[in-house]
Amino acid sequence: MREMGRGFARSHEARLLLVVVVLGGFLALATPSFASLQNLVDLLTSNAFSGMLAAGLLVVLVSGGIDISFTATASVAQYAAMTVANHSHIGWLGVAAIGAGLGSLLGLFNAVLIGTLRLSSIIVTIATLNLFYGLLMFVTRGDEIFALPDWFVNGASWTVYTDAQQAEYAITLPMLGLVFAFALTAILLKRSNIGRQVYALGSNADAAARVGIPVFRLNLLIYGYMGLIAGLASLVQAQNAQSVSPNALVGRELDVLAAVVLGGASLTGGVGSVFGTILGVMLLAFLQNGLLLLGVPSYWSPCFTGAVILVAVSLLAIERRRQQGRVRRVSA
Amino acid sequence: MSLSMTRPARIAALRPGPVMLRLLALLGALLLVFALLLGERLFNATAVRSMAFQLPELGILSLAMMIPLLSGGLDLSIIATANLSALAMAFVFTHLGAGQAGMMALACDVAALASGFAVAAAIGLLNGYVIAYLGVSPILATLGSMTMVKGIAIGLTHGNVISGFPAGIVFLGNGSVLGVPMALIVFVLVALPVAVIIGRTPLGAIIAMCGSNQEAVRFSGIDTRRVVLRIYLLSALLSAVAGLVMMARFNSANAAYGESYLLVTILAAVLGGIDPAGGFGKVGGLVMALVILQLISTAANLLGMSQFLTLALWGAILLAVTGVGRLADWLRLRLP
Repeated sequence: MREMGRGFARSHEARLLLVVVVLGGFLALATPSFASLQNLVDLLTSNAFSGMLAAGLLVVLVSGGIDISFTATASVAQYAAMTVANHSHIGWLGVAAIGAGLGSLLGLFNAVLIGTLRLSSIIVTIATLNLFYGLLMFVTRGDEIFALPDWFVNGASWTVYTDAQQAEYAITLPMLGLVFAFALTAILLKRSNIGRQVYALGSNADAAARVGIPVFRLNLLIYGYMGLIAGLASLVQAQNAQSVSPNALVGRELDVLAAVVLGGASLTGGVGSVFGTILGVMLLAFLQNGLLLLGVPSYWSPCFTGAVILVAVSLLAIERRRQQGRVRRVSA
Repeated sequence: MSLSMTRPARIAALRPGPVMLRLLALLGALLLVFALLLGERLFNATAVRSMAFQLPELGILSLAMMIPLLSGGLDLSIIATANLSALAMAFVFTHLGAGQAGMMALACDVAALASGFAVAAAIGLLNGYVIAYLGVSPILATLGSMTMVKGIAIGLTHGNVISGFPAGIVFLGNGSVLGVPMALIVFVLVALPVAVIIGRTPLGAIIAMCGSNQEAVRFSGIDTRRVVLRIYLLSALLSAVAGLVMMARFNSANAAYGESYLLVTILAAVLGGIDPAGGFGKVGGLVMALVILQLISTAANLLGMSQFLTLALWGAILLAVTGVGRLADWLRLRLP
């Protein structure tokens, strides 16, 4: 137990946790509203979409691949599900089935292309991003859907607490979505045989294939899972925005990538954890929210975010190199 | 590499490779289809000239993306760099250059260009330093610098445009010499040296070798870190040229121009035969790919199709070309 504790203290997650706690503590003291329940609920709600996507992307990164197309996948799934929902009463199960089904289908399409074209996943998914998004914008002519069914907009919300000012706090769809995505990803990566195979594939693809891991089938599962999460996340986003516009999501893919990487996942595969990813999402969310509350003009917010990403990935790289040096000295 | 080639090898190097042949076949097929569909409407001076006006922006940005790709890297910050250096140039033009005449105006023009390229060089050196000396993967380093550089541009301008430039700059984007658009001339003036650097100089050979096996290059006594630094410096300077051309074409500069080009430059480079894992690629292939993409875009526009269908077609073309290549490999193995 003590060994585990010491291992954790040296890990990237521990340092990230320290940074997030210090940042959170500072913001709580420096601004009156940061630590308020209202602000924290808002933070959770507004970051649910990117948080869910981060959980899906983590699995892809651990496997040594990358997916850029998930925002387009989400846009397609969202538009299709909401169009059907507006024309027939399909209920929550129907909406979820369309979103998840279409999302995983597009994910599987990515996996098949990556497997058969033997082209790197980044190139394939850049191509499919353009393909999915271009076709969606062509078919829909860029038209937004302004009116969503009432049961969708107002549903899936359970009030649990009403404060002195009569403000209601509820368990909402974004919260459920976040918990679901991270819990499912944690089970998949840490508690299943498949998870071990994903880490093995990301650590050394050749070795994984030699010990008999079915790489093509595993990739189907990995990119299909990313698509599934993207499809479900898109529904959460649709309820949150209360409308659907086909071009609202594309362009946010690199922000999600930044959050997962801040969480310690490596682009070369084999490294990354759910806890780290949650911390990465939290760090970026706290930072943006905190700058706003501290009164920094919102125009400067992207600049700070970029600087933090740059410093964080540099520190990570320096640390990793130091560890490699240590390993080399031991083995020499 | 090219210096010690024997005569037959040199002739072989000039022969179009499989990538070039595939692209030529694709271009021929597209020309045939569009000729049947559009005929005169596509093959007239106006349509060809409009293609020549549109190609250089994406072209120069693709060159900026190509050099890091060749080394096995990637530069996501090219658009942000282009915009920030264009804003720097625009700022100097509009604040110092306004109302000046004669030698002073010329001096201001030089100062404007110099400040734009200085900004780009600083970003390039930052990227290069973080990637080469700190060991950050190129995607992450340039993802960070992209966000930060764009953030600086937004912070300084609040998202507004800077506009109103001297006639010379407007001419660069919209004028033509003997019927050839100035922007295309700039593209050729940039593409030729890049082609020479990549294909005919030791630096080009080392860049490509870094893409194949950086470790091996270092063990052969070359300071790969300095090479990587130069790669990202070169990429940033090319981005600044692209920024200048974009600014001249729109007669304004902004923090968010041309953002949709970012991932398209990677598509163009890969379609042009540049191996995304690094090591292989020629400027000629890239130019062919750019011509193909531009032809599709212009033809789709003339056919009244949405610009988004063009985007989808571009993605599909890349996948199809790669698929045909894989199919050919497979058949060669199966058939006697």
